Amino acid sequence: MEMPKPDAAILAQKSQIVARLQAVLPDGAVISDVAEVKAYECDALSAYRCPPLCAVLPADTGEVSAVLKICHDMGVPVVPRGSGTSLAGGALPTADSVILGVARMNDVLEVDYDNRFIRVQSGRTNLSVTGAVEEDGFFYAPDPSSQLACAIAGNIAMNSGGAHCLKYGVTTNNLLGVTLVLMDGEVVEIGGAHLDASGLDLLGLICGSEGQLGVVTEATLKILPKPEGARPVLIGFDSNEVAGACVSDIIKAGVLPVAIEFMDRPCIEATEAFAHPGYPKCEALLIVEVEGSDAEIDFQLGRIMEIAAKHNPVELRESKSEEESAKIWLGRKSAFGAMGQINDYMCLDGTIPVSELPYVLRRIGELSQEYGLGVGNVFHAGDGNMHPLILYDANKPGDLELAERFGADVLRLCVEVGGCLTGEHGVGIEKRDLMVDQFTQADIEAQLRVKDVFDPKWLLNPAKVFPLGATKERRAG
Amino acid sequence: MLKPVDEKELGEAIAGVTGPLRIVGGGTRGVVCAGDVLSTAGMKGITLYDPGSLTLVARAGTPLAEIKAALASEGQRLPFEPMDHRGLLGSGGVPTIGGVVAANVSGPRRVQAGACRDSLIGVRFVDGRGEVLKSGGRVMKNVTGYDLVKLLAGSYGTLGVLTEVSFKVLPDVETAACVVLHGLDDRQAVAAMARALGSPFEVTGAAHEGGRTLLRIEGFANSVAYRAGRLRDLLGGFGEVEVLDDPAQVAAMWQDVRDVAPFHRREGDVWRISVKPTDAPDMVAGLGAEAVVYDWGGGLVWALMAKGTDLRARMGDVRGHAALVRGDGFARFHPEPAGLARISAGIKAQFDPRGILNAGVMSGGNTES
Repeated sequence: MEMPKPDAAILAQKSQIVARLQAVLPDGAVISDVAEVKAYECDALSAYRCPPLCAVLPADTGEVSAVLKICHDMGVPVVPRGSGTSLAGGALPTADSVILGVARMNDVLEVDYDNRFIRVQSGRTNLSVTGAVEEDGFFYAPDPSSQLACAIAGNIAMNSGGAHCLKYGVTTNNLLGVTLVLMDGEVVEIGGAHLDASGLDLLGLICGSEGQLGVVTEATLKILPKPEGARPVLIGFDSNEVAGACVSDIIKAGVLPVAIEFMDRPCIEATEAFAHPGYPKCEALLIVEVEGSDAEIDFQLGRIMEIAAKHNPVELRESKSEEESAKIWLGRKSAFGAMGQINDYMCLDGTIPVSELPYVLRRIGELSQEYGLGVGNVFHAGDGNMHPLILYDANKPGDLELAERFGADVLRLCVEVGGCLTGEHGVGIEKRDLMVDQFTQADIEAQLRVKDVFDPKWLLNPAKVFPLGATKERRAG
Repeated sequence: MLKPVDEKELGEAIAGVTGPLRIVGGGTRGVVCAGDVLSTAGMKGITLYDPGSLTLVARAGTPLAEIKAALASEGQRLPFEPMDHRGLLGSGGVPTIGGVVAANVSGPRRVQAGACRDSLIGVRFVDGRGEVLKSGGRVMKNVTGYDLVKLLAGSYGTLGVLTEVSFKVLPDVETAACVVLHGLDDRQAVAAMARALGSPFEVTGAAHEGGRTLLRIEGFANSVAYRAGRLRDLLGGFGEVEVLDDPAQVAAMWQDVRDVAPFHRREGDVWRISVKPTDAPDMVAGLGAEAVVYDWGGGLVWALMAKGTDLRARMGDVRGHAALVRGDGFARFHPEPAGLARISAGIKAQFDPRGILNAGVMSGGNTES
């Protein structure tokens, strides 16, 4: 992936930039030592690295505003960073950029059970938001698999999802308000504890804008009462087609599971070898989970098993206890680790209409043959959000590029069948050049014009989301 | 009147006009401005309905009733329960799906299932330059590019004319019940609703009006019975609890809440106020309203005011906003803080540089802002 050449004039001014930043931040909040900034050279898309000019770790909205004002004045690009767990390169710096990390901003500011919200600083991790309210019977619904580490700031930037979106939606459906600092340092409040914003839905626009429109420093998040219980059923099939048809039938039957997870044979075999969850040997496996009281769960799982039985499953295993539930989820939760045992992998997240599942899985299998690279599929089937894991060897010259070409073909396939390039990871640098496969020039131009309003000098995370060619003139600004 | 039949014709029409346009779907929502009428009625029909993927796509001029009927035939529904404004506004016409999206119209279930914008997964539209644009698509998880879907929802035709909209739909429910509390004052009612909404029993409606506090539960019959029982126990401290389980009666009650039936055929201005639920009772006490309906657990307050009353001046320093839905003399939308107003105006100028689309309808309109 190409990144823009650093601006020599900015590199030459490093000591002045650092000095001005140090003047507005406490000791230790500006990291400029060449060895220390290496900690910020990449995110979870670690194939691409570049140390930034420096990194800053402000502690509150005022400090973020002061930092942005200086960078705006001096024309220095800023790359906001949550916890650095982006799989798409969303927090990848350039050599002439300042990394603005929110890691020190992790306080809970307000918890309100009567109105069912929590207000936090944006550096707080996803799981610790739930951690702050779970003793009182509440939780924060979006649950990306990196939830132990990932920050709310990054969740908002990428509009993160998770396994339970079918019922609870993604970040944008659970976000009530933000404090946003614009590139010129101005602070604006959007939304709040009330449900609907007045005027244009700027909150909806900010969510998923990949840190290109402003820096979110505080967020008001919806919290929900925990369900009384949850239990899954595991269903094995001897073909992907039948599993896909079963997903559609479950959805059509009026049951709304909280999650429908799908694994194909390569993934089943890898997880079985790695974590020994006792999965059946089969082509496709579904884990369907429902929530409610014990009796409600029994009833819903009964309906689901009735539907599944009509598709002649090779295995139908209803969890009757927490222990059995944990065992069913064990394989699914260790799937990424299990695939990582086999080789390096690239994880895509294109989304497709659920009805296209069998065709898309077949095509991915064919492409795997053509490219000579293995692939495992584990994904959220209820909402069509695929996660093909393409296996490659990072030490073998040319293998990464081959995997990237394979990945690009898979994502084009997702778009072709009516889906999209990314369902929850974001575009970042990874899918930047594929935007033209999903959008017309006019569609892209309309988005660029939105950024023009928020960040006329194109300094915030400027080399992301859009093909570099499409933003070149604006970035040269 | 312009009445294009497809987005190409619409694009050419918008590019070709020199004066302002007033965009009309069904004309039921009381949105008025100057300009030649541009009707979306020529662009109608469901273009895709895939029940197994919970997805429906329709052209903007499609009557809402047609969409509801198609969904009902497969046992599905729009999750956000859009209100019908005709009774409240005394308007005629036939509501269209494009109008629902343009005004981000939701109903009581918004408190649990989200607003129209939360179910909306894709839009196609023509902006003020005459460009045919899209955002989102037909899948329910999509973070590819900026979310202009949300931006267009509730933009009242000021950024573009919608041509096609896509939704995530949900299974309809087997039955519904309503738990009713009698005689609570506003503050007790909001507390009772908070208790219910904070329980795991999936309340899908929480309203208070005319001395009755209503809590709706929906789902499979056995589940509804169980949850109603648990709520009865939970709310026992608030007084006598009644459970209504005749689905037709329950549906009628919630349609009345949705459409603010208590204000129909009554004189006065109608305001729609969005606040933090526990702030609502004190705010209402200061309004001097002739009548109020609390929905969304108190987060949405409908207030009937004597004609010409400046309700916003009586809200005190409560955070939230009020829209004037029926009446005149005041701006329809709550004034935004300067920073947000500037951003909104900037966005309007990008999508509609000539300021010809529903000029002045929102605060972002650059002719009367």
